[in-house]
Amino acid sequence: MTDQNNKTNLILRAQNLSKSFGGVKAVVSVSFDLHEGELVGVIGPNGSGKTTLVNLITGFLKPDRGKIEYKGQNITGWAPYRIARIGIARTFQMIRPFAELPSFKNLIIPLYSPRVKALSGGKYGDLDAVAKDYLEEVGFERESSVTYKPAGSLPHGYLKRLELAKCLALRADLIILDELFSGLSIAELASIVPIIEKLVSVGKTVIMIEHRLRELFRIADRVVVLNYGSVIADGIPPEVMERSEVRKAYLGSE
Amino acid sequence: MKQRRKERIDRGIKARSDDVFSLNSFREMLYVAVPPLAPVLILLILPLELSSYWQKVLISTCVFALLAMSWDFLVGVGMVSLGQALFFGVGAYIAGISNKILGLPIWIDIPIATILGGIVSALLLAPVLRLRGVYFSMVTLVLPLMLERIVEASGVFGGTEGISGITPFPNSFFESYLIVLVTLFALFAFRRLITTDYGLVLKAIKDNDRAVMSVGINIYWMKAQALFISGCVGAFCGAFITHVYGFVGMPSFALDYSILPLSSAVVGGMGTFAGSFLGAFILVPLSEALRGIGGLRIVLYSFFLVFFIVALPEGIFHYIQRKYQQFERWVEVDK
Repeated sequence: MTDQNNKTNLILRAQNLSKSFGGVKAVVSVSFDLHEGELVGVIGPNGSGKTTLVNLITGFLKPDRGKIEYKGQNITGWAPYRIARIGIARTFQMIRPFAELPSFKNLIIPLYSPRVKALSGGKYGDLDAVAKDYLEEVGFERESSVTYKPAGSLPHGYLKRLELAKCLALRADLIILDELFSGLSIAELASIVPIIEKLVSVGKTVIMIEHRLRELFRIADRVVVLNYGSVIADGIPPEVMERSEVRKAYLGSE
Repeated sequence: MKQRRKERIDRGIKARSDDVFSLNSFREMLYVAVPPLAPVLILLILPLELSSYWQKVLISTCVFALLAMSWDFLVGVGMVSLGQALFFGVGAYIAGISNKILGLPIWIDIPIATILGGIVSALLLAPVLRLRGVYFSMVTLVLPLMLERIVEASGVFGGTEGISGITPFPNSFFESYLIVLVTLFALFAFRRLITTDYGLVLKAIKDNDRAVMSVGINIYWMKAQALFISGCVGAFCGAFITHVYGFVGMPSFALDYSILPLSSAVVGGMGTFAGSFLGAFILVPLSEALRGIGGLRIVLYSFFLVFFIVALPEGIFHYIQRKYQQFERWVEVDK
């Protein structure tokens, strides 16, 4: 697939990342490469260290050992806001929007980011209008009530799309989605998957932490499987699941 | 089973003035204009009408209103301060020192104390910006008390004697109108600030600081700016009072300046600044009016405080606002 010709454009490289909490080894010597325009799934049983890995990449946790390079720059141990400024956006597993603000006002926060200011020529314009454009891009009907409702009252599907819109508004190059699909109905999924596919088609790189494997495999170029904090497999989606160590991790024993 | 439930409906005029803004009678124009104009007119007229004793009460009411608004602002950013006295005391001492020791005239030392006070307050609290909730509050509570003891123990800036003989304001007219105008300015400026994009980001830090960090905004820098803004307001109050009394000393760090603004904001209603403003204008004059009662003054005062908080936990301002904007009626519903 597009994989082949993008191989040269390395965007993220993690080397021997490790993190433990007290005696619990959450992430153990994880290494992987990510190429521009790739959609990579990170899967694994509960407690396998997926979210910890995201927190390490985005700076919310500092790795005990290892190195993270983004576009050739060593970003290990940087503060979260610095990492976001160079173009890594993320969503959170527990979605907490700015509940009292209308949906479109939620996007003012990413739009106010120094990154966006720098990219748009050093000044903040009329952010409200821009915010509504981004909401439309993720499927909020323009000038409909959902745009103006307090974000706290939005249905689950809209909340997830609002999270996506935040990543778009930040104009991130690498987008990390932490369990975006969880709790979504089939219909809601059908509306959100095209948005992700569109992201990839315009050249964004996407990491998806997922438990909904069937839906993930349909869109992912590659899947990294974690178990007890280590990478146990890295490959093309359906084939990866056939490997014995992956089956063992998911099903217990043989 | 039949049950009764309170139904609330926005008044038509409220909806019209919010959204389409088509006002078609004098009465509707009054509806929109009275709430912001009333405090302005009342405050501008009061200094002309009051006796000199009540003018002093007005001054201290305005000071507490300013402190309450600056407290409310910090709470909006997620920092619950128990130490507005820190800002107040720092401003008071800077004004006192620059006036008495450096010999600066009054119209220079107040602006200096305001800005420098904001900077010093922000710097003093900068190391603990990472603390959240009650941990941050504890530090703000302790800092002014600590500074007070440092002044006492080391004897700097007059020690327990304080600094006296500070230039007073030229006349009481000037004094009253300065604080009244600043209070009104702060009220409208704060209300405006919090609805701008900048204010929105500040409020978002309180809601979900991780989400704000994850879009590339340095929340500690934003919090430091909020502390500076709040600190400037508090420091102005301190500088102003220093010139009113012609004296600055350890009482500038007193607990009163931390607690009374907080209770004003809570009684008046948090998050709107108008509430803090209103709260101060109820509590401070109330405390003065009760002076005639004698020994039971504090008891009665505390009783009023508890009464307000129990009866109107949302705050007086929110209650009035609701009555002003909505109809209420009891309706029967099937359960």
